[in-house]
Amino acid sequence: MATSAQGTWRVAGGAGSLGSMLASWFAASFSAAAQPPPQLLPARMQMAFTLGTHIILACLGVAFPLVVLIANWYALRKDDPVALLLAKRWSKVMAVVFAVGAVTGTVLSFEMGLLWPRMLGQFGDVFGFPFAVEGIFFFLEAIFIAIYIYGWKRLSPKVHLWTAVPVVIAGIGGTVSVVAANAWMNHPAGFTMTPSGELTNVDPMAAMFNAGTGYQGLHMLLAAYMVTGFLVASVYAVGWMKGRKDRYHRLGFVIPFAIAAICTPIQIIVGDTAARQVFSKQPTKFAAMELVWKTGPNQPEYIGGILNEETGEVTGAIAIPGLNSILAGFSVNTVVQGLSEVPPEDRPPANVVHLAFDTMVGLGSLLLLLSGWFGFVYWRKRDLPKSKLFWLLAAASGVMAITAMEAGWIVTEVGRQPWIVYGIMRTEEAVTDAEGVWISFGVFVTLYAVVALGTVVVLRGMSRRWRETSDLDDIEDTDVPYGPRHAHEPHESEPG
Amino acid sequence: MTAEIVAAVLWTGVTAYAIFGGADFGAGFWDLFAGGSQKGAAPRELMDEAIGPVWEANHTWLIFDLVVLWTAFSEVFASVMTTLYVPLTLAAIGIVLRGSGFAFRRVTKQLAGRRLFGATFALSSVVTPFFLGAVLGAIASGRVPLGQHGDPITSWVNPTAFLTGFLAVATCAYLAAVFMVHEAHRNERGLERYFEVRAIGASIGAGLLALVGIYVLSNDAPFLFEGLTNEALPFVIVSAICGLATLAMLWKGMIRGTRVLAVLAVAAIIWAWGVAQHPYLLPGEITIQQAAGAEATMVALLVVFALAAVFVVPSLIWLYRLADEDRLEATEG
Repeated sequence: MATSAQGTWRVAGGAGSLGSMLASWFAASFSAAAQPPPQLLPARMQMAFTLGTHIILACLGVAFPLVVLIANWYALRKDDPVALLLAKRWSKVMAVVFAVGAVTGTVLSFEMGLLWPRMLGQFGDVFGFPFAVEGIFFFLEAIFIAIYIYGWKRLSPKVHLWTAVPVVIAGIGGTVSVVAANAWMNHPAGFTMTPSGELTNVDPMAAMFNAGTGYQGLHMLLAAYMVTGFLVASVYAVGWMKGRKDRYHRLGFVIPFAIAAICTPIQIIVGDTAARQVFSKQPTKFAAMELVWKTGPNQPEYIGGILNEETGEVTGAIAIPGLNSILAGFSVNTVVQGLSEVPPEDRPPANVVHLAFDTMVGLGSLLLLLSGWFGFVYWRKRDLPKSKLFWLLAAASGVMAITAMEAGWIVTEVGRQPWIVYGIMRTEEAVTDAEGVWISFGVFVTLYAVVALGTVVVLRGMSRRWRETSDLDDIEDTDVPYGPRHAHEPHESEPG
Repeated sequence: MTAEIVAAVLWTGVTAYAIFGGADFGAGFWDLFAGGSQKGAAPRELMDEAIGPVWEANHTWLIFDLVVLWTAFSEVFASVMTTLYVPLTLAAIGIVLRGSGFAFRRVTKQLAGRRLFGATFALSSVVTPFFLGAVLGAIASGRVPLGQHGDPITSWVNPTAFLTGFLAVATCAYLAAVFMVHEAHRNERGLERYFEVRAIGASIGAGLLALVGIYVLSNDAPFLFEGLTNEALPFVIVSAICGLATLAMLWKGMIRGTRVLAVLAVAAIIWAWGVAQHPYLLPGEITIQQAAGAEATMVALLVVFALAAVFVVPSLIWLYRLADEDRLEATEG
């Protein structure tokens, strides 16, 4: 075991630096422990921003392959050129999104050390292991997605279809592994800490399969399928509303929407279980989610509302008596721990967590209704709903799913504060001493804005090109999936 | 012992990234200097086809290396990241721009857009290996203290780090050109000589940098120099011989075998560095043994490596074979 991190790491930059001057001034004015280091805020903002961006791309990287695989499988089985065209075009969108996801994911690996070196320095050999497993899954995903994307022309249709299967499996494995690392931050396991901060009895398997891995992994995985399914479907819903009610748009809507609609009710059940896990394992986070101030039974469920973090009063909420206790333990007598149980410096910002939680649950419920609507009409009439409201909501479902997912992620991350490793290491103890984090935050915001703009421009360009050739007969002449290879195809493009 | 094996696997990962990831960066280097959109169209297209299906898999070696470093040698990872945050942040930015630029250009049809994305891809392909190379130079010359801050500027703005930075760029260009000679040969598009000339140029450039390196390292990184001229000398000699042989063969227009020789030349120099600083992970600061994490984690990592050898390596070989047989091709549209 390496020397303990606390023993070797030293505090703040060189003498005379602004940071250390401020730090010493603060230390003189207040108690030293109460002052968070100046890099904490920009570091948290940079992490939140870059991870919050990447998580959308990661969802697409994980779940899009299944959408494409199903379209491809259906096309081969029914000999359906429309489904085949969709699969082929989706695989191109997937290629762009996967590339951007791969590089923004790499940034996160850098940031683990650039922003949180003390956490990695101390716990790297405990919770690093699931990342190593994730690395292997990502390797497989990157290899097979390339074979799939570039294999349309010259692999046999069957072999080609099968190359998407490892992509789907690796996506699932990768998600569960990387979420296991996050779950470990919520439910640290697999080590014993001596009073001096030394770690003993390190057990990477116990760290990987901690109490949170199961529910968090499943919750995230379903979220990925919902985000992808609703987002892809919403593109075709917009087309449908614009009057393009052809088979191309119909299939393009139904395949991803059905996947998302199947996942949504399961997600609600998993989410409900997850909330009870949080109740029993991270009571402070639960108290913040539900704005519980005083420990006790018969807690009301607040919908909306603001907690006064001095007095404990909740204003502006719809309160349903006793429901929170029932949700937590199936009985009004369930005792729920309140925020006032822990000292103020150990509490997360409850209003942010509660608002995010309500947003997630609200949007999730709306998506559940929408899924039910779709399912019911399809069951009764074997057709898509006609209602304009349905299509409006369907067109917005992608954005709703992304918002719900981001809100859920805020619940788990902000709700864990002030801890980076729950109950063991505070976020301010993990942060780098490096200066210039504000600069790097600004640079990454600019960079990601540019990349996001590029992604949108490029995808819209593809969509426009496709619409111009949306007559299927045309396509089959010039652009035959699985067709023979032309002698050497003239590239109309001019590399630059 | 387990620590040594894990370190050896890490070094293999670094070597793989330098070779395969390096060749992809090198393609961006040649893309940058391929000239105007008319003149450069043919070589750009060939390079685009060559790296398109493989660059993401090759890029994964970097993620693998980072993850293994932070899991197995956490404190070394934290120290490197704390001292060298400037070049590492710049490299991360370069990685984002390189990947996005490349992916965007593939699906863009308008010339202006292709130029913009192409230039982004090409420029960041040159800048990124420089910073990654500088990071290695900073580590190798003992400028990363354990568990504290090294100087955020002078740790990498120094003769050794700049040398390794430039050497990394030259190596990437060299590998890409040698690989592209094969690609051009197979595709029969008359670009063989084009890339041969560039491979020769890059190998002379890399060779000259290596000669300058003797002077630089002997003054600026005596510990590394000492290692390179003693325990690691056989590796340095192998690298030199392979490099010279590749150069001679390319000069004569011989193609067969040059890829393997070029790869050996680069691999040997990376292992020369490893052997030179062995048993230290951070020269003068901490050895592999001292830096190793918990034994249980090291063993678990070995299991993961074994699984990777069973699943990832054959898949990777299949990908390369398909690419080599021209069975991977972008679809139009």
